[in-house]
Amino acid sequence: MQSSLELLALWPPGWGMNLLRGLGSTVLIALGAYALGLAIGLAGAMGKIHGGRFLRGALEIYTTLIRAIPELVLILLLYYAGTDALNVLLESLGFARIDISGLAAGIYVLGFVQGAYTTEVLRAAILAVPAGQVEAARAIGMTPGQAYRRIVIPAMLPFALPGLANLWLILTKDTALLAVVGFGELAQATRFAASKTKAFFTFYMAAGALYLALSLASSVLFSALERHFRRGQPAHG
Amino acid sequence: MVWTWLPKYAPMFLEGLWVTVELLVLSVVLGMALAVPIGLVQVTGPRALGWLARGFCTVIRGTPLLIQLWLIYYGVGTLFPSIPGIRDSFLWPVLRDAFPYAVLAFALSVAGYEGEIMRGAFRGVPKGELEAARAVGMSPFLLLRRVWLPRALQNVFPTLAGEAILTLKSVPLAATVTVFDVYGVGAIVRQETYRIYEPLLVVAFLYLCLSGLMIWGFRVLENRIPRRRA
Repeated sequence: MQSSLELLALWPPGWGMNLLRGLGSTVLIALGAYALGLAIGLAGAMGKIHGGRFLRGALEIYTTLIRAIPELVLILLLYYAGTDALNVLLESLGFARIDISGLAAGIYVLGFVQGAYTTEVLRAAILAVPAGQVEAARAIGMTPGQAYRRIVIPAMLPFALPGLANLWLILTKDTALLAVVGFGELAQATRFAASKTKAFFTFYMAAGALYLALSLASSVLFSALERHFRRGQPAHG
Repeated sequence: MVWTWLPKYAPMFLEGLWVTVELLVLSVVLGMALAVPIGLVQVTGPRALGWLARGFCTVIRGTPLLIQLWLIYYGVGTLFPSIPGIRDSFLWPVLRDAFPYAVLAFALSVAGYEGEIMRGAFRGVPKGELEAARAVGMSPFLLLRRVWLPRALQNVFPTLAGEAILTLKSVPLAATVTVFDVYGVGAIVRQETYRIYEPLLVVAFLYLCLSGLMIWGFRVLENRIPRRRA
């Protein structure tokens, strides 16, 4: 039995480098999915607020279904459905079938799920912006787009950030679910190393420590962001 | 879509449904039982215990449940067989089964998340109510049972209900350690029939029903909480 330190060493007999590479893809997938989720969420929130009856209904179904079905089931469904749909599309256009990389698939699947939660967070935040501010912006002649960009989005951020921070923390942990479908991120790298060396305890503890470090670092970053965007807001209590 | 396999596997799905509910109820009840003291010591002290409870919550909430589950099942689980004589003991059937490990991992996770909620809940009960209870001569334990805990639970009931639904949605993770909940059964069907979408849709539908049922049940319970109206 090798010692835990040897097993976790960064150079070849040790598996440390594999874990760190896994952490790298975890962060990359999480960042990509977060960005996609924000884009879907902003569009979804605006659709829910300003859209017609049909669009609102469709978005309601999207957010309700996504939030009521377990992430693991969604990941599998979206992965198969997404790759199938893409290949059908490619074949109908006369291109060859392709295999989607784990990274891209992970980002697309988690981003799509994340979008539903982000929609709800941003919708509530946009509605919390006092109507008078928007009216004032329109009164001095801003177009609706300008009013959104210059007034609504900066003004809603303080309301949205706590929710968005929470979603990021959930997302970094949800990336581990991708290990179940075999994408190479931290949980998958850990499982591989653990089953090769039989040092289950050591590796899962190490992975836990890395995830924890990621969570703690993100919390610090988000509270700094929140402080920044709250400046100029009246202090409460 | 081909559904001819459904009658054959329907009994398995029912069993899976039972496993899902069992795992959920056990882990939420055990987790809640742990969450109350975890929340309480952070408010009342002793300070050392409070720090310990705080650290526990941070670690549980900062790491994926999947990793916790694997650590407990593969990590702790592989330590047991090395103890001499344990294979012959009466405990072995329990230790060999994956279900208790899943319950332990889920209960600890619930305790971490709800412990954090209970900390705020205990702190949020107005001081005057506690003083009044003390003034009429309640012992600390009686005060906790009659005033502090019920008032704290009332205030955070919707949050706790939300956490319980999140726990329901994590139950499929148990399938990765050979606990065959609804999702695990769906995976078996997928392997045996080579159908991809149909079993997954059945799993999604069953979970949708379960979460709908839970949301409805919690709403009924919430309406029974007495509230002072102006």
